[in-house]
Amino acid sequence: MVCNNISFGIRPGECAAIIGINGIGKSTLLKTIGKLQPSMGGEIRVEGELLGDLSANKLAKRISLVLTEPIASKNLTVRELIALGRQPYTNWMGTLTTKDIKKVSETIETLALGNLKDKKCYALSDGQLQRVMIARALAQDTEIILLDEPTTHLDLFHKVQILKLLKSIAHQTKKAILFTSHEIELAIQLCDKILILEGKNNPFDEPCKLIENKAFESLFPADTVQFDALSGTFRIQK
Amino acid sequence: MKLNKTYVIRFGLLWVVLFFCIVLSISLGSVSISFLDTLKVIFGLEIHNESLTYIIWNYRIPKALTAIMAGSGLALSGLLMQTLFRNPLAGPFVLGISSGASLGVALLIMGLSLFSGIISISIINDISLAIVASIGSFLVLFLVIGVATKIKDTMALLIIGLMIGSITAAVVSVLSYFSNAEKLQQYVFWTYGSLGDLSGVQLAILGIAICIGIGISIFSIKSLNGYLLGENYAQSLGINLKKSRFLIIIATGILAGSITAFTGPIAFIGLAVPHLTRQIFNTTDHKVLVPAVLLYGSIILLICDVIAQLPGQASVLPINAITSIIGAPVVIWLLLRKRKMVF
Repeated sequence: MVCNNISFGIRPGECAAIIGINGIGKSTLLKTIGKLQPSMGGEIRVEGELLGDLSANKLAKRISLVLTEPIASKNLTVRELIALGRQPYTNWMGTLTTKDIKKVSETIETLALGNLKDKKCYALSDGQLQRVMIARALAQDTEIILLDEPTTHLDLFHKVQILKLLKSIAHQTKKAILFTSHEIELAIQLCDKILILEGKNNPFDEPCKLIENKAFESLFPADTVQFDALSGTFRIQK
Repeated sequence: MKLNKTYVIRFGLLWVVLFFCIVLSISLGSVSISFLDTLKVIFGLEIHNESLTYIIWNYRIPKALTAIMAGSGLALSGLLMQTLFRNPLAGPFVLGISSGASLGVALLIMGLSLFSGIISISIINDISLAIVASIGSFLVLFLVIGVATKIKDTMALLIIGLMIGSITAAVVSVLSYFSNAEKLQQYVFWTYGSLGDLSGVQLAILGIAICIGIGISIFSIKSLNGYLLGENYAQSLGINLKKSRFLIIIATGILAGSITAFTGPIAFIGLAVPHLTRQIFNTTDHKVLVPAVLLYGSIILLICDVIAQLPGQASVLPINAITSIIGAPVVIWLLLRKRKMVF
């Protein structure tokens, strides 16, 4: 096992990041919470209920996901893709009720996707597609949204845009948002809480407290990059 | 995603075309029957020509029904496989189902004479061929389901299906190597496929099988749409992957297996019709695709049947070859015209 002794919890309305070096198990942890892979030990609870006790459909109403893998069919329109987020609530045929349609339209409006809604997914840029995927998760109307590296392949502007979007969704809709990221500097500025996976202690706290406790310093080998506590950024050792 | 106006018009058109094709397929053949007479007989009116009535009711209509059921069933199972494997190259036979049927038939025709010269040839007839073909395809189906419950990776299933196909093809090769010319020809004739000569009971069995297959597919529409996002997303939407995969495989097996058992292998329809449908309807929603591929499959196999009949001639071309000769250029043309594959 790469990483032991992980203990943390997030509340409604919090936006939290999981950071750590490549291969430490960020995605594994996220996928375990999303029940995409079996737990290797310990327990995960959603509002007091054990993850293992929740049926697939109940879980789908509580946790939604945005993954790194590309969607299988890029020939869906934006609206169709977002509407698939309503599947846990639809009948056996997947028929959308007026409530579902309203929810989809609301989501499109919230994320300002109005001008894209009839476009096919293959016609979208990476940043647009990521916003659509977040919209799909939002349409699923779950208490928790998990995102696996939501900012990869995006430029700085779109990275900030996505992270700000996540933060505002968490604060406004009182959802708990948890995502893995390599954007430590952005996470320090934009997240409410950060979980640092480093193997043994795995601290989880508010970014400024983590800085105070020098938690970021041991993240990377000090002869390559060093953390500057004053600016909250990493410096390359020359 | 309610059915909008364009879909209603397109489905209406498809029904009209289907009806036209049915009448065409019934009226054309070694004996040409006029369109009007055909219509009269279909709707139960007298046409003062008993032999024509007899031909239509006993030969042409069963054949048209077979074409409709085989075409729609193969097209639907192709769609199921393409969505399940998220692979545009998948078809109804990727799981090795038709290979199983071929092996059964090859064993009956060629294997039996190899191992016992005593058993007479008379046991080889349409019924026994259908039985061994069903046994073969369902044995392979159960093997595939057994594997499917063991492994987690759907793509591995695809490879295993292809491997099973290779093994059976190899066994058939060995059998044909040791077989005499007469037996070999008999086997090859089976591989040409045939839509004719189904008795009422056989039609009923095929019909029930197709209905079950379609029923399970309709029940799977929601999960099929979920699969459009990939397996992990489908699971996160509350879809039970194991159960839905099992249902999709069962439906494909019942459809492709029963059709192959009664008509022999019919290539192309299952692979191409889903592509044709997606190109024309420009959608990925299975609530539209499932009924559309059923209609398109029927229409295309009926057209192929009309061509294979060589209207006015006594001889018949092998349906299995015609489907590809006619269908492949259509798909190529569609892809070239639209320049973008819809998948």
